[in-house]
Amino acid sequence: MVNLANPTTFVELTRRVLPWLAAATAVLFVAGLWLSFTAPPDYQQGETVKIMYLHVPAAWMATFVYAVMTASALGTLVWRHPLADSAQKAAAPLGAGFTFICLVTGSLWGKPMWGTYWVWDARLTSVLVLFILYLGLIALWRAIDDPGRAAKAAAILTLVGAVDLPIIKFSVDWWNTLHQPASVFRLDGPTIAPELLVPLIMMSLAFTCLFLTLHLMAIRNEVLRRRIARVTMLAAVEGDRLTPGLAAGGAR
Amino acid sequence: MSDPHTGFIIAAYAVAAATIGAMIGWVVLDFRGLSAELARATRALDGARAGGRDAER
Repeated sequence: MVNLANPTTFVELTRRVLPWLAAATAVLFVAGLWLSFTAPPDYQQGETVKIMYLHVPAAWMATFVYAVMTASALGTLVWRHPLADSAQKAAAPLGAGFTFICLVTGSLWGKPMWGTYWVWDARLTSVLVLFILYLGLIALWRAIDDPGRAAKAAAILTLVGAVDLPIIKFSVDWWNTLHQPASVFRLDGPTIAPELLVPLIMMSLAFTCLFLTLHLMAIRNEVLRRRIARVTMLAAVEGDRLTPGLAAGGAR
Repeated sequence: MSDPHTGFIIAAYAVAAATIGAMIGWVVLDFRGLSAELARATRALDGARAGGRDAER
């Protein structure tokens, strides 16, 4: 962890790790999609259950990415880790992407199963709030020019927004909602049939690997952005140093 | 797949593929743009330093 605090070491690590992660993501997606499309239909939902193999992993990633951002926010505010704000900034668009997939696939699953694309129940509304939080954080990063101030403001907003995570998780238990309760992460074990659980786990691993790959790439991009700012500033300083020298030379 | 809701399944997979494609495209294109920008900025810095050395001589 100490070594990873050095952006140069981090970039070197990503150069070595990324090809393997990308290959693992591709293999997991191929295996996950094959298992999803060869899995038997659900006895109640029929083939529509295939939407679950996208919706559930996307929903898990939507909350997992926000948990990563919350840890990064603590890294920025408490430990002042040099890569924490980059990790947080890089994760927000990815989290927004996964939440968007979750909302749209959930809506497309809801229409044939519930008879409606959307209801304002606790689970759906709290996930929509999460999506708005992601968009707000992206906007906040873009609105503040000073990266240090932007990182602090985004970290505080991220920590405040983290209250939405337990609300999302327990909304189906706390309130009477149209959304089904948890069927995988339960104290008494999963209630889902193994034929449906295996493709679901495979697709979840694929989504997780995809996030890790894209997150590492996006953090590397943030490190490059900082380097560009530093090099541009150095070039400007050199230019300023040169200009008075030339002016003095011209006067002589 | 002869399910009456096939359209919903196809739409869900299409939206997911498009969104994942957009995320991959954003990261890859950003990296290419930044790499080119860093190369330009480094050349500008080298040029400024070389100019500074010439001026000092």
